[in-house]
Amino acid sequence: MRHRKTPFIFGFLVVPVVLYIALVIWPYLQTFGYSLTDWSGASPDMNFIGLDNYTKLFRDSAFLDALQHNLLLLIVLPLATILLALFFAFMLNVGGKSGTGGVQGVRGSAFYKVVFFFPQVLSVAILSVLFQGVYRTDKGGLLNGVLIAVGIVDENHPWDFASNPTFGLWCVMGVIIWSGVGFYLVLFSAAMQSIPKDIYEAALLDGAKRGTTFFKITLPLLWESIQTAWVYLAIAAMDAFALVSTMTPGAYYGGGPDHHSEIMATLLMRNFITYGKAGYACAMGVVIFFITLVLSVVSLRVTRREKIEF
Amino acid sequence: MGSATEYNRRDLFKRAAAITVLAAGGTSLLAACAGGSGSGDSKSSAAPSLGSDSKNPFGVKASDALDVVIFKGGYGDDYAKVFEDAYKKAYAGANVSHLGTQEISGKLQPRFNAGSPPDVFDNSGAQAMKADVLVSADQLTDLTVLLDAPYLDDPTKKIRDVLLPGTVEQGTINGKMYSLNYVYTVFGLWYSAKLFKEKGWTPPKTWDEFITLCGTIKAAGIAPFAHQGKYPYYANYVIFSLIAKQGGLDLVKKINACDATAWDDPAVLAGVTAFNKIMEGDFLLPGTNGMTHTESQTAWCQGKAAFIPSGSWLENEMLASTPADFDMAFLPIPSLPNDKLPATALWAGAGEPFMVPSKAKNKAGGLEFLRMMLTKDGSSKFVATANSLTVLKDGVNADVPLKPGTKSSAAAVKAAGDVTFNFSFQDLQTAFDAEVENATNELVNKRISPAEWVSRGKAATSKKV
Repeated sequence: MRHRKTPFIFGFLVVPVVLYIALVIWPYLQTFGYSLTDWSGASPDMNFIGLDNYTKLFRDSAFLDALQHNLLLLIVLPLATILLALFFAFMLNVGGKSGTGGVQGVRGSAFYKVVFFFPQVLSVAILSVLFQGVYRTDKGGLLNGVLIAVGIVDENHPWDFASNPTFGLWCVMGVIIWSGVGFYLVLFSAAMQSIPKDIYEAALLDGAKRGTTFFKITLPLLWESIQTAWVYLAIAAMDAFALVSTMTPGAYYGGGPDHHSEIMATLLMRNFITYGKAGYACAMGVVIFFITLVLSVVSLRVTRREKIEF
Repeated sequence: MGSATEYNRRDLFKRAAAITVLAAGGTSLLAACAGGSGSGDSKSSAAPSLGSDSKNPFGVKASDALDVVIFKGGYGDDYAKVFEDAYKKAYAGANVSHLGTQEISGKLQPRFNAGSPPDVFDNSGAQAMKADVLVSADQLTDLTVLLDAPYLDDPTKKIRDVLLPGTVEQGTINGKMYSLNYVYTVFGLWYSAKLFKEKGWTPPKTWDEFITLCGTIKAAGIAPFAHQGKYPYYANYVIFSLIAKQGGLDLVKKINACDATAWDDPAVLAGVTAFNKIMEGDFLLPGTNGMTHTESQTAWCQGKAAFIPSGSWLENEMLASTPADFDMAFLPIPSLPNDKLPATALWAGAGEPFMVPSKAKNKAGGLEFLRMMLTKDGSSKFVATANSLTVLKDGVNADVPLKPGTKSSAAAVKAAGDVTFNFSFQDLQTAFDAEVENATNELVNKRISPAEWVSRGKAATSKKV
């Protein structure tokens, strides 16, 4: 049988593999090549300049600042998203009052699930437009409008949310978390539902409270999903380009005010397209690539645990 | 930059490019860098020289095809077909290919990188290619030869004699003119003549009058000044106009050239200090510092603010939100004491840059196409459809009706005469411009002083292309 199976499998694999190599791997390799040149991105001319772009990169204070902002995202984003998603998933699946000993979510959990998942359906572009309306800096903005109506904010000096140097990046982070929680909630919900109810029931019979069942049962059995979530969120934290570039002020791809919300991706785009430093931007791309790669590997290794069978 | 498309081009550029990238997904940021094939020879074909034949000064071969790419924005791309037909008429054997697109960068960047650009293209819109980047990559033809060519309507004149002041400067990088900017734009303050008439306010001539009027307006319960805070370059129209009038044309030249010594001129500090009086008086529309151009301009159209800075594309841009009796009017930036330029002087410049790539196959044809665009007939046709002036002197036939804002900006152009100035750094020195915009954003938020603004501008000159 073997001799017939092989061409069959090969036939299925060859097209996607060729496409993958041509459209993903090859551009990546090209980027490595370009990062060693002074290419402008607007002409076929380029000169090999070795590692100059990289040495320049690590002396570029704008890049180092942007890197710090990405690291901040890297810490806050997965932590906040996973904690919120876990909390909601737990409440929706096993957090309800157990009248007759059955395990269930809070009342109306099916409805909440849809509500929480809803932001995930929106594209990033819509998210951006939506939250620009929320964060708008006069009383026409949702938040400012409410705060002014309540009397917390002075109408003549409304809050500047995304264009505030201290809180701009946090405002964007809020949007990313808001949009992400729903997806991880569903992910964790699915994982929770695959946990046999007998385990919970046994725990409840033994008199375990909600907190105990969460930490002793749910969390350990969910570990692999959390690990996956972590890696995905870490990759998202290295990107965040779309929202930062559209929601924050500043010349060419946002990142303002005055670079206070600058991330590596906005800096990359500005250098690539606006300043015509494509080689330099490619070097940034390579650095982002390696940071993301290392992060993924590290977080998968560090969080590795004994697999629990049930 | 300034033009009558639905949105201001540079704003759209920021947003549209961002959306394009996000559509491609985050990981493709890395892949976005790749894409140039790097093939094609990098030798430029010989620069065309000026022949003695006034009908065909560039020596166009009728058999050579012409490859035209036009930005299909607020003006559409049909106007270009008029010029293409004229070209076909003159060179019967020529096969003219026309591409109207909004994705200039998307369509042309690969062609530039492959060494096969079109013969002439209109480099504007959301995804225009950066002129400074193209020039430093040696991709554009020096258009001096076009300026010296005979004018089609009257061969005794040269093309350079029939262009409005500022046109040549606007397209000039490092002393050479690389783009013919076809649409004429003025920059300054805008107000509703109807509102001013109702309230009995007179448009101010001097900056002191302006600040006093701002106080009156504020007392009347209207915000005196709005600006497009999310994109700080609009506020720079005011700041740099004040500086130019105070310091004179030489200073403008030095600032455009990213000369650090320009920033030591006391006129720079004087201009920005005058502007800062708006913040000192708390005259800003609440929230305007974080608003997009659409948000703030709409608030202004609704009468929530009295003045707003913008270019003359504003009227067309806000057509849908402007009340019918708004009576839009243009005000040149008021003057400071001891200004070197007269009060009527104004920032005027040309937009919609047409370029001829240096590696174009039919360079002569591309240049001839530009020459054909500058006839009085062609210009009038453009004005009639786009409701915007062209860079051709007296380029409008008398029968073309103008809207109130366009009429008042046309009057300002006439009053200014030859005394116009033009800051090109916003298009041609983008790295420098980005830093200056950041500084202005800090200034309008009262986070830095005028003196700090000056020192940041001076430091930014190190970003010269």
